[in-house]
Amino acid sequence: MSAIIHGAGAATALSTFNSKKLVARSRTNLPGRSKRCIVAAGSDDGSKSFGSSSLSLRHSHKLIANNAVATKADTSATTGHELLLFEALQEGLEEEMDRDPHVCVMGEDVGHYGGSYKVTKGLADKFGDLRVLDTPICENAFTGMGIGAAMTDLRPVIEGMNMGFLLLAFNQISNNCGMLHYTSGGQFTIPVVIRGPGGVGRQLGAEHSQRLESYFQSIPGIQMVACSTPYNAKGLMKAAIRSENPVILFEHVLLYNLKEKIPDEEYICNLEEAEMVRPGEHITILTYSRMRYHVMQAAKTLVNKGYDPEVIDIRSLKPFDLYTIGNSVKKTHRVLIVEECMRTGGIGASLTAAINENFHDYLDAPVMCLSSQDVPTPYAGTLEEWTVVQPAQIVTAVEQLCQ
Amino acid sequence: MATAFSATLPLHGSSQENRLLLPPTRLPPPSSFLGSTRSLPIRRLNHAHAARRSPVVAVQEIVKEKKPTNSLLITKEEGLVLYEDMILGRSFEDMCAQMYYRGKMFGFVHLYNGQEAVSTGFIKLLTKSDSVVSTYRDHVHALSKGVSARAVMSELFGKVTGCCRGQGGSMHMFSKEHNMLGGFAFIGEGIPVATGAAFTSKYKREVLKQDCDDVTVAFFGDGTCNNGQFYECLNMAALYKLPIIFVVENNLWAIGMSHLRSTSDPEIWKKGPAFGMPGVHVDGMDVLKVREVAKEAVTRARRGEGPTLVECETYRFRGHSLADPDELRDAAEKAKYAARDPITALKKYLIENKLANEGELKTIEKKIDDLVEEAVEFADASPQPGRSQLLENVFADPKGFGIGPDGRYRCEDPKFTEGTAQV
Repeated sequence: MSAIIHGAGAATALSTFNSKKLVARSRTNLPGRSKRCIVAAGSDDGSKSFGSSSLSLRHSHKLIANNAVATKADTSATTGHELLLFEALQEGLEEEMDRDPHVCVMGEDVGHYGGSYKVTKGLADKFGDLRVLDTPICENAFTGMGIGAAMTDLRPVIEGMNMGFLLLAFNQISNNCGMLHYTSGGQFTIPVVIRGPGGVGRQLGAEHSQRLESYFQSIPGIQMVACSTPYNAKGLMKAAIRSENPVILFEHVLLYNLKEKIPDEEYICNLEEAEMVRPGEHITILTYSRMRYHVMQAAKTLVNKGYDPEVIDIRSLKPFDLYTIGNSVKKTHRVLIVEECMRTGGIGASLTAAINENFHDYLDAPVMCLSSQDVPTPYAGTLEEWTVVQPAQIVTAVEQLCQ
Repeated sequence: MATAFSATLPLHGSSQENRLLLPPTRLPPPSSFLGSTRSLPIRRLNHAHAARRSPVVAVQEIVKEKKPTNSLLITKEEGLVLYEDMILGRSFEDMCAQMYYRGKMFGFVHLYNGQEAVSTGFIKLLTKSDSVVSTYRDHVHALSKGVSARAVMSELFGKVTGCCRGQGGSMHMFSKEHNMLGGFAFIGEGIPVATGAAFTSKYKREVLKQDCDDVTVAFFGDGTCNNGQFYECLNMAALYKLPIIFVVENNLWAIGMSHLRSTSDPEIWKKGPAFGMPGVHVDGMDVLKVREVAKEAVTRARRGEGPTLVECETYRFRGHSLADPDELRDAAEKAKYAARDPITALKKYLIENKLANEGELKTIEKKIDDLVEEAVEFADASPQPGRSQLLENVFADPKGFGIGPDGRYRCEDPKFTEGTAQV
């Protein structure tokens, strides 16, 4: 899965997305919304052709054509540079560190080692050992240290070497990161970014394959985003660092080597918006992180069988972008959620509840949610494969829902 | 580092003993905790008070020895500031107890009576830009740091005019203006935050090249010293040489758990040298002793020499909280410490050394009484938070509530400011 299929060029017949919505969103005058940066809208407007000059960013935005035949990107439209996802994260981080000297990194092996997944490679040489701080192995304390630093004007990016390790920092993340702004009556802001790789990898064992988004989702006061492509990885990293809220950025161990061409110009992705991956008519498939690729693989099969799935990468795990999701539900009337979280209490469970609550009238079938089994991820390859949702299951689920 | 303390302590005491960061073989035989009636399980500790003379002279000892005035530890102005601060702490906490039993405040309220010497001794040496981090027993730390009695009392009453708009409560006293970084309900939770604030000082100096010598003082209790976060932070503070002072308010009791029953080695100051920083034990019922040790620790931190661990042996005259019946503690122990009331001791010192007279001290007491009364009136008269405040301050950037089904950000919903929006 190392190459990303770029959207085909001009005419996609869809005019499903109301371009007015997009324009309305960017005209929203919210306090504090930076106007310097070009905001890449999470949803795309299929009817606009590539080559439209004003929002050239969306050229590099993925858009699978309706006929699902993978076409190579129309590279004449984009000048950009190709890189891997971890390099995109690094680029985003480096740009923000260049831009604001208050941004610093702390975590285990982020400095001299360059990060266990090379996201902070070279940064310690460039910025010094204090700005890219190698901490001892004490998640609770160094997360708390990051929070204390954030309260006193710094903007730390705290790395959990594996998201699972942040279980040790739960006290600080829940009590201080999430709640401190409120309990201090708004006096102290905590502009931290807590990031790291999570998710089920290749036989990493139960404890290194955890999906912490389900545990953190109830914490009031934090935002959670999950990146899935080099484009949104860089965009979300930058947006998270600039945000005044504490943001938890979930990366996935298996996605670090994805390659994509991203723009040369500066851009950020909106933290609260979802991303339209493939517009469609028959069914809405909501997903995030690695499952996006399983869904797209299933989508190829589905298209060949005559279905037209609409795939949305929800990206923002907390809060949900109910506008993009809602518009999709109102169009297709069927929803399938595909996630890597456990069945019980996962992001999918919350999303199901939110959709049922808000869009019940528009549903022609119950919301179906495909999640990982409620099983500690086994080591054995075969067992591990069966705990996670596979494309064949997605195809079956769509066929079932679309009967 | 071993002799940093001994070199600069005041010259009053003629003690040869130095309990600071010595290799174990040269340690003097430590005595038991001065007033505790419980005996320590470790046999090698003896009870010879006389053998352990701290290099800093106790208030009592000065009084006993009647030293001449030119070798006093404080000036008149300083003395009055210290006295006023301790009286404020005591009166305020007594008023809190009254108000609680009258139903003006609820929940868990932890009072600081008896420990004033620690708060005053340390915080009165700090500047406005230095930071203080405390625990749930934080009213007096906030007051010493400069937060007004009105703001603290209003916060306790849950009113809008409280320092945290009524959203924090007794255990979460924050003040951006005075750099009071809280107020934490879980023990040990504030220590990493303090470490972070100290990290920022160092960062500002070394990366941002600003002229910053702010120090951070972290207060916490004896129970916290068995918690992992404490040790993790001692390690990092010493490793990065952060300008922080870890102050252990060892009042011997963690609710009903005696320090001696829960700690394998009850002498907390010894844990400092294990991490490479000086560990100091000081009599926390004596504000002058505390102040002398604090001066040295703060100066060390400001000079960039790194952290210090100060164990203040102190005592809380009341129970753990206003809900605690305080039945486990020995009456004899309480009496012993009550006899060493820091306020009485300082009063005696000031009078006997002709730094102040009864009249001046009475004026201060009256002034503080009026201040506290006025704080209560102010808090009573203040409004309670309205519904509109419910959703504010959850996020610094309220876009964090997300985008609603209608395409607008939820915080743009007019009902958001009323506190009735669906989020």
